Amino acid sequence: MKKYFSEFLKGIIKENPTFVLVLGLCPTLAVSTSVTNGVGMGIAATFVLLGSNMIVAMIKNIVPDRIRIPCFIVVIATFVTIAEMTMKAYSPALDRALGIYVPLIVVNCIVLGRAEAYAQKQTVLNSLFDGLGMGVGFTLALILISAIREALGTGKILGFTLAHKFEPAFVLGMPSGALLVIGLLLGFFNVLKGKRE
Amino acid sequence: MSIAQFLTIFISAVFIYNVILSRFLGLCSFVAISRETKPAMAMSLAVMFVTTMSSIITWFIYRFLLVPFGLTYLRTISFILVIATFVQLVEMVIRKTSPALYRFFGIYLPLITVNCAVLGVAVLNSDMFFINGKAVPGSFYYSAFQGVCVGLGYALAMLLMSGIRERLDFCDVPKTVKDFPLAFIIASIMSLSFLGFNGFRF
Repeated sequence: MKKYFSEFLKGIIKENPTFVLVLGLCPTLAVSTSVTNGVGMGIAATFVLLGSNMIVAMIKNIVPDRIRIPCFIVVIATFVTIAEMTMKAYSPALDRALGIYVPLIVVNCIVLGRAEAYAQKQTVLNSLFDGLGMGVGFTLALILISAIREALGTGKILGFTLAHKFEPAFVLGMPSGALLVIGLLLGFFNVLKGKRE
Repeated sequence: MSIAQFLTIFISAVFIYNVILSRFLGLCSFVAISRETKPAMAMSLAVMFVTTMSSIITWFIYRFLLVPFGLTYLRTISFILVIATFVQLVEMVIRKTSPALYRFFGIYLPLITVNCAVLGVAVLNSDMFFINGKAVPGSFYYSAFQGVCVGLGYALAMLLMSGIRERLDFCDVPKTVKDFPLAFIIASIMSLSFLGFNGFRF
């Protein structure tokens, strides 16, 4: 049990997909305008990661090595379609807010990266926990970025006003603000890494 | 179908909604390959070619397969499969016919399969130029043109970025922001300046 727990934990801090591996930045930056969007994206990506990691670990022995990438992509695309349809049916508002970035989970490097680097070499259970950990790490990173952007960019968080007489910096809600926040956060994590070494 | 429509697509795809600086598609390759101008241009050319061709191919698939048979929910799977196959095919053809070109593009071509910009433009086309499951007049030309323009926007951002980063090699940069963080901060400033194009109207 302890082994699975460490598989799960490594995705959150030590191998955080966003800040350490620097993968899958396109959706991270595009949907992090508000915490709600960030969480929605995180949950969808976690679902896809879980599913694809599990299936890839199951079929790893029957897939010929040369065509493994297209096979993995089909598996991933299936789960993305399920997530897309579920989102359309149960929360159309979120689906509109996330727009084209939901189908684009297919090309999120984290998902294919984990299938290629981890799930195709490991057991089903290990891959399951790895997928869960990576998904949660991705979601937490999204929450961090979107919380910064929403709090400073609109002065509110999840609809609650944080401080009165606060002049929000609208630029943080715009694309350029997203790039700035991720740049500074990556620098910050570099500092932390330097301290630990 | 009118010239003004094409001009609008051009301006919005290249400047206002620049594929990298505003839509954030293809960011991974953008930060990874923009260290020097030459590989950056090779990558941009490859992306431009693939976005154009995949716009055309996916339009046919969407218009003649998915829409008539009511299978639009299979959009994601079919588009990504077709794009992956197409990129693989191009790679094989280039390898057989022109070794020089293969060395030039070589490692960048497979990367394009998982470049969000390519799938992104295909999905955008099917969202923008099909209304309620019916193709708007001239949608084929619009789709193909948008493919070209998105590629151009990618090339523009790549060229600017690689030029700046080449100069940065000679600067004394704080160790904490070296490489990735600095690239993002520069991209942020570029994106801010591209915001100025927002006022463009026709």
